[in-house]
Amino acid sequence: MTTTSTAPPPAARGGRAGRPLRRPARRSGAAVTRPGFGWAVPATLFFALFAVLPLVLVAVLSFTDWDGLGAPRFAGLANWRALLHDPTMIRSLWLSVLITVLGVAVQTPLSILLGVWAAGRQRNRAVLSAVFFVPLLLSATAVSVLWRAVLDPNFGVPAQARWLFGDGNLLGMRSGAIGVLVFVGAWQYTPFHTLIYQGAARAIPEVLYQAAQIDGAGTVRQFFHITLPQLRNTMITSMILMVVGGLTTFDTVLILTQGGPGTDTTISAYYMYERAFKSFDFGGGSAIALVLVLVATVISLVVVRVSGYDRMRGSTEGL
Amino acid sequence: MRRRPNVLAGLGSLVWLFLVGLPLYVMLLATLRSRSDYAAHGPLALPRHVTLHNYTQDFSNGFGRYFLNTVLVTAAVVAVVVLLVPPLSYAIVRGRGRITAGVFRLFLLGLAVPAQAVIVPMFYVINRAGLYDNLAGVILPTAAFCLPVSALVLTGAMRDITPDLYEAMAMDGAPQWRVFVQLVLPLSKGGLSTIVVYSALQAWNGFLFPLVLTQSDSSKVVTLGLYDFQTEHGVDIPGLLAAVVLSMLPILIVYLFARRALVQGLMGVGGK
Repeated sequence: MTTTSTAPPPAARGGRAGRPLRRPARRSGAAVTRPGFGWAVPATLFFALFAVLPLVLVAVLSFTDWDGLGAPRFAGLANWRALLHDPTMIRSLWLSVLITVLGVAVQTPLSILLGVWAAGRQRNRAVLSAVFFVPLLLSATAVSVLWRAVLDPNFGVPAQARWLFGDGNLLGMRSGAIGVLVFVGAWQYTPFHTLIYQGAARAIPEVLYQAAQIDGAGTVRQFFHITLPQLRNTMITSMILMVVGGLTTFDTVLILTQGGPGTDTTISAYYMYERAFKSFDFGGGSAIALVLVLVATVISLVVVRVSGYDRMRGSTEGL
Repeated sequence: MRRRPNVLAGLGSLVWLFLVGLPLYVMLLATLRSRSDYAAHGPLALPRHVTLHNYTQDFSNGFGRYFLNTVLVTAAVVAVVVLLVPPLSYAIVRGRGRITAGVFRLFLLGLAVPAQAVIVPMFYVINRAGLYDNLAGVILPTAAFCLPVSALVLTGAMRDITPDLYEAMAMDGAPQWRVFVQLVLPLSKGGLSTIVVYSALQAWNGFLFPLVLTQSDSSKVVTLGLYDFQTEHGVDIPGLLAAVVLSMLPILIVYLFARRALVQGLMGVGGK
């Protein structure tokens, strides 16, 4: 950080092909110095050590046999071959996808409606939205513990409302447990997506609505013909975030269902944890983790492409 | 600003208010009454006798210690992020050349790498570094996983600084570090507060890294205490819920007083 980069004049350094246009005009002032790579070194090294190196290591470990105590032993493709023939693995992937898709299906319409509503002008909006966003601040741990207590079949709300919950042991049956996971996920993350949509909805030009009103379009038609199309890009970004979040759900499963009943909610991230840290099969766990990384990376590439993050570079460049 | 109030959406928002409010209501009331009262009258009834016993009991069960640990972890994570990210973002926004562009791409890719994916090798690395069951072993990976989003947010903020200002500084013959300290840092205050909010929340609410990288009571953080409490005393719901309230109290207090800043900060964050 102490490097004050020795600065050659800008023209000498930044000769980026394709944008020589503005350079001559800039010569008039003093030379504008630019930070060298040195400024990025501490953060990059830190990130490399604690995020990139583990990523490389997970690949290496997936080819080893390691019980967490001694040194990892090379095991070739054994873990991978076992994974291919492991019915729980295949089931866990399918479950991850199912819970993710259900999550997107529940959260997207909810957060669009709430976001559009919150973007408008309502009397009690300030007070209401103050309560709305509380789940956003809670840890997944707190949320899961809270809902487990609320849904407790003996002492929780189900015991008070038998007409709604039947015998009340939601977490004890497959569809109930999956439903609770989807519901709790929506409870926790809808506020965040609502915020995204709220911001986007506020940015829609008012004139569009005025024009529609002159044409006699009602609220519902305005929503479907103006609001929704204008929110398209936001929808894509938000849904991709939901997918990445859904695929990596972990805390909620560990606390609410522990993968059960049976293996009915053993999603991939949880299965990885179980294999590694409960069965002490760190090699097998690494292989599952690598599958997760690959899926997440593909999605992240899509995020970067679709949302235009990579094009953000250079909005004020070229000086 | 916008068209007239929408009755349907308004109704929907009330339903949502109920869904959000109900568990919070159950939780707060439950913590204020005795275990037997809760068991006998159910989660929806008002307390017969208001008591703070659940909270004091949590503290005698070690929550004070966990609290202190969490505060330590949070402060350290924020410190690391605030030290590392501003120079990084400055180099990304103002730097030239292939290497800085490549670095930015690296962080963008890191954006969607889930912590679960690297938890096994992290366990290996932290063990090898002799940091297992040590708060430093939690702080370092937690901070590292805050870097991508923080870098993204802060570069966004720094891009808004107009070129003229850099030129004015150059006219004065200011060296790089002065440009950074006197121009870039003050003008990216908004982004800076966002990354502080974000990394503090991540650290405060972090679960996976402490779960896997610590073991003993002396290095336990609040979220982990909560988890252990549930597995050990799951039947004592009022005590458990009091622990949940304790775990989120500091954030809720900040939220009450600085709601706008906090929500704005979260809005700038593109992920969990």
